[in-house]
Amino acid sequence: MSTVAWITARGLFGRRRALLLLPLPLLLVGLAALCRANNIAPSDWGTPVIVGLGLAVVLPVVSLIVGTGVLGSEVDDGTIVHILTKPLPRRDIILAKLGVAVGVSALTAAVPLFVAGWLADSVRLGLGLAVAAAVGALAYSALFLLLSLLTRRPVLLGLVYILVWEGLLGRFVSGTRVLSIEQYVITIADKIAPTAILEPKVSVPVAVVMAAIFVVGCAVFAIDRLRSFSMAGETS
Amino acid sequence: MTTVNLQNVSRWYGNVVAVNDISMSLGPGVTGLLGPNGAGKTTVLHMMAGFLAPSRGTVTIDDAPTWRHPAVYRQLGLVAEREAVHGFLTAREFILASAKMQKLPDVKAATDRALELVEMTDAADRRIETYSKGMRQRTRVAAALVHNPQVLLLDEPFNGMDPRQRMHMMKLLHDLGDRGHTILFSSHILEEVEQVSGTVQVIVAGRLAASGDYRRIRRLMTNRPHVFAVQSSDDRRLAVALIGEKSVSGVEIEATGMTIRASDYGSFTRALPRIALESGIRLRKLIPSDESLESVFSYLLEA
Repeated sequence: MSTVAWITARGLFGRRRALLLLPLPLLLVGLAALCRANNIAPSDWGTPVIVGLGLAVVLPVVSLIVGTGVLGSEVDDGTIVHILTKPLPRRDIILAKLGVAVGVSALTAAVPLFVAGWLADSVRLGLGLAVAAAVGALAYSALFLLLSLLTRRPVLLGLVYILVWEGLLGRFVSGTRVLSIEQYVITIADKIAPTAILEPKVSVPVAVVMAAIFVVGCAVFAIDRLRSFSMAGETS
Repeated sequence: MTTVNLQNVSRWYGNVVAVNDISMSLGPGVTGLLGPNGAGKTTVLHMMAGFLAPSRGTVTIDDAPTWRHPAVYRQLGLVAEREAVHGFLTAREFILASAKMQKLPDVKAATDRALELVEMTDAADRRIETYSKGMRQRTRVAAALVHNPQVLLLDEPFNGMDPRQRMHMMKLLHDLGDRGHTILFSSHILEEVEQVSGTVQVIVAGRLAASGDYRRIRRLMTNRPHVFAVQSSDDRRLAVALIGEKSVSGVEIEATGMTIRASDYGSFTRALPRIALESGIRLRKLIPSDESLESVFSYLLEA
């Protein structure tokens, strides 16, 4: 593990904000277990719990908390300067932080999604959801990492993307789905484990190519922004 | 020898000009960056440290631009004003991480040396968040020094330090300067600059108002009479003799001696011993009383 990744991980788990990661995955697993224990048909609870809660809320919100935490918090409190005053290529810094964000987000979201998919249908659906969640965590993390460098309010903008773009416009304006990570995740999970619970709205090539564009595009842009990181004068 | 060069550097934010056409060259030794709050000191430091692009002009360290050029941090250390540290780490972990990111050959030895340099060895294994402000500052200085950089930039480094820590930091900067490092520190507290460095860069309203040894700067201000405190074996007789001297513009006799105003520093300091000798008067005290940095600074601000 690189020193940057080590500091990032220590910072992430050393902040109270890390506790925010727990409730949503627990809620997802708890609801799925409750439905299963009460013998409710998966066709009744699968879509609202797995898609409505798991893919539309848990995965993006966890990625938002982690993705903005790995860099945005350091930008906010100024500690990023200690890392930036080292002769490290900015690419290495972004990739280390992205690696930590993806690892933590993927683990936090994929495990409960696996459990929910398994309880709703099969281990295969669980695996499909876990793999798709990992891809989604990668794309979301790259996006939210970039937002940390573009704005002083990355969490707010991230929430706008999740709630307004994906949650609202994605439901009613079909064209916006091409730029919706949630839709890529649904499509990839459905490709691995086809089931009536998931209703993909974009094709597999679109999902794969667009997810790759999100990851690469956001990472490259973030590297360039970090190269031009400026500090405003405080005493001047 | 490492030099930091600013060539016709300006920086503006929209319509506000923060730094206006500054050129300076910093070589080995300690230089104080002095100016009132809001003068543009931090903006200049940030441009030197590669954290701000000049709107016009160039900022280089040994001909390499500092902006968008992380390789300069091999020979540059920065202690920013903002007191930001990873509080969840111990000082040793924090400095060790800096050494690793600098890719030093023996990170442990470099960490121990840096801790020792700032007298933080005893507290090194406590989390930084438990430290006082001064200890945090010293930890940050150690992290900036771990790779033994040729250039060290410090923004208000004495903030939050108690007098003993302040003295220690001043001595550290002196020693580094004597060993050939290029040290620039900003301050708006005149006594700090006066005690650490004779060489100053004075910034007023975004412009470089003066540059060099402040005593020399004072002597170049020929439009202001130089003030000397003089005591002799016969002040009144010396005053009579001096008032006939062309370079003397005024003499005041007080109970404890005389205050002499001289329009020409060089002529007066040559004439005084000659006149005293000719008059058979013994000089007991001769002190330039407005060569303090405070006087120079206030004259520059008034200019």
